[in-house]
Amino acid sequence: MTSQTEVLSQVQRQTPVQPPPKPPAAHLDEYSKVLGEAEIAELRALASRLRGRSVHMVNSTLVGGGVAEILNRMVPLMQELDLSVRWDAITGGEDFFAITKAFHNALHGESYRLPDESFKTFLDYNLQNQQKLSFDADFEMIHDPQPAALIEARRANKGFWIWRCHIDLSRPNLKVWNFLEPYVNRYGGAIFSSPAFSRQLGIPQYLFYPSIDPLSEKNRELPPDFIAQTLERFQIDSRRPLITQISRFDRLKDPVGVVRAFNIVKRYIDCQLVLAGGGATDDPEGEAVLAEVKEAAGKDSDIHILDLPPWSALEINALQQASSVIVQKSLSEGFGLTVTEGLWKRKPVVASAVGGIPSQVIHKHTGMLAHSIEGTAYQIRFLLANPAIAQRLGENAHEHVREHFLITSDIRRHLTLFLHFLRSSSGNGNGS
Amino acid sequence: MSTTEISRATEPFQFETASYLILIGNHTAMNLADFSMGLGNCSDASIFYHTFQSLGRHHFLTEGFSNDFAQWVLNSCNRPALAEQLASVDVRDYVSLVELRTDLRRTVDEYCKQNPNVSSQSAFEKFYFCETVEEEVPLGFEAWTLEEFHDRLKDLPHGALEFHFITSRLRLQLRSNDFSQWVKKELGLQDLARKIDQIDIYTNTLDSARAAIIQLVEKELRK
Repeated sequence: MTSQTEVLSQVQRQTPVQPPPKPPAAHLDEYSKVLGEAEIAELRALASRLRGRSVHMVNSTLVGGGVAEILNRMVPLMQELDLSVRWDAITGGEDFFAITKAFHNALHGESYRLPDESFKTFLDYNLQNQQKLSFDADFEMIHDPQPAALIEARRANKGFWIWRCHIDLSRPNLKVWNFLEPYVNRYGGAIFSSPAFSRQLGIPQYLFYPSIDPLSEKNRELPPDFIAQTLERFQIDSRRPLITQISRFDRLKDPVGVVRAFNIVKRYIDCQLVLAGGGATDDPEGEAVLAEVKEAAGKDSDIHILDLPPWSALEINALQQASSVIVQKSLSEGFGLTVTEGLWKRKPVVASAVGGIPSQVIHKHTGMLAHSIEGTAYQIRFLLANPAIAQRLGENAHEHVREHFLITSDIRRHLTLFLHFLRSSSGNGNGS
Repeated sequence: MSTTEISRATEPFQFETASYLILIGNHTAMNLADFSMGLGNCSDASIFYHTFQSLGRHHFLTEGFSNDFAQWVLNSCNRPALAEQLASVDVRDYVSLVELRTDLRRTVDEYCKQNPNVSSQSAFEKFYFCETVEEEVPLGFEAWTLEEFHDRLKDLPHGALEFHFITSRLRLQLRSNDFSQWVKKELGLQDLARKIDQIDIYTNTLDSARAAIIQLVEKELRK
């Protein structure tokens, strides 16, 4: 058996000294290039009824992670729509973030091993933040469990408080959930990313899909030269079909299952596989998974395993755009934004029917769903053998994302929620 | 451009758009028996969301997609015959959600009666009954003549097209749409109204439906 060190030396790693500077973020009008002017005008019409209203976003970090990434785009775009938007991140000591990390894992179903005093520590830090921050906005949007107890700051008849939950609460550890639930139930509403992630609560629960930014480095159209150079850099043959899964090296993403599906496909069609992601250098489990993947791949030079640094958005974009089929064979999944990215790029996608994926991949309409390695292999073969069908799925997929999973749709949902709250309560705050 | 050019409406067509919030309901189904119960107990807004609005949400699909119920029965329950029956329900035939609910539930119940062993079989994925809250917003422009109507139609966002052309049927309680109603009532163009109403929303995308309406209006303007 190959040792883990030897295995890792065979993996292509790209580790520049420092990430390149990010390009400036796009303005609202630039989105009309992908959405049409009418859709942007419609957003402005919705927002015109909220002109001057204030929104306060609160989460646990200003940088890193999916929530910060979304807020980094959403806040300036909402400001362009003449809303007064403020964004704060709560602060806390290492003990607080150790507790919230344990909360996060427990809410995903793991056991909770911290002592009961941790709940008090959690509340103490929430209280500190409550005293430090001001909560005078018309709409207070509190993101995820870390700041959930800030609802204590709500004054009677003042502002609408909304809890935005970005995580899957379908199978939570009940000790942690039972602690949080009374706080959540005091909000005016809760937002989930999928019906499957929600709980039975005493407050209205809204469905807001997560979103991608079509003008970001990861999703914008790239010049063909750049795509060709990227393939060349990773020694990928541009003349043969390419199957790609973009995911961190995690067992729940089933990269070994993807290799097995690829081996079945290769019996029929001469093609290549790319497994690209990160997480193998700073995560002991990621290293182990990477070793398993490499072992499953054996000496097949048509399987390209790429351990990419976090600032590889352009490379990932290029790989997705160069792909013939995009795969997401997860065993468990949140919403699956890598699927959204593939669909947006008009690619035929074969994905597991887990988490938020069925909301995106409507079987035989916007992609193909599969439930096994064999099923995944069959659908890939089918799409490679039927390029016209693959193209039609890709076109439908692009439209599906355009309508539902772009940052502009997300903003539209926020505006609609704000309008709904104002209309249904005549400004008395959460309908009280 | 003789008659229509000088026809000016007494009341203008007010272009509006609607934006929808999706509310996650309390009913779920893991098999056809649960599903039938959910169809009976869910809100009218839920029936509306999974049928009329499903059509709007998937307007870019022109084949084989009718409503969320049929899609779930096909993909999660693997019951193509029942899925086909549910998919064949044409929302244009309904001006009341009560009737639509009754027909959908009867279809499921009859299937389960004929196939008693399948009603309790677990689906691959749960069905979540959701519903929507609608927020209507005027777009800030109107049309007094057919020519103005034509010009505005070209740049109408999808939300507004869905609002005026699909979901309007329930609002009007008629087997018609806002555009047809206006050109008939305000401009006296009965034939144009009928032809716009004939456009098949199941085999067209919203964009192709828009193109078809524009073509009909242009033909009228050339008269």
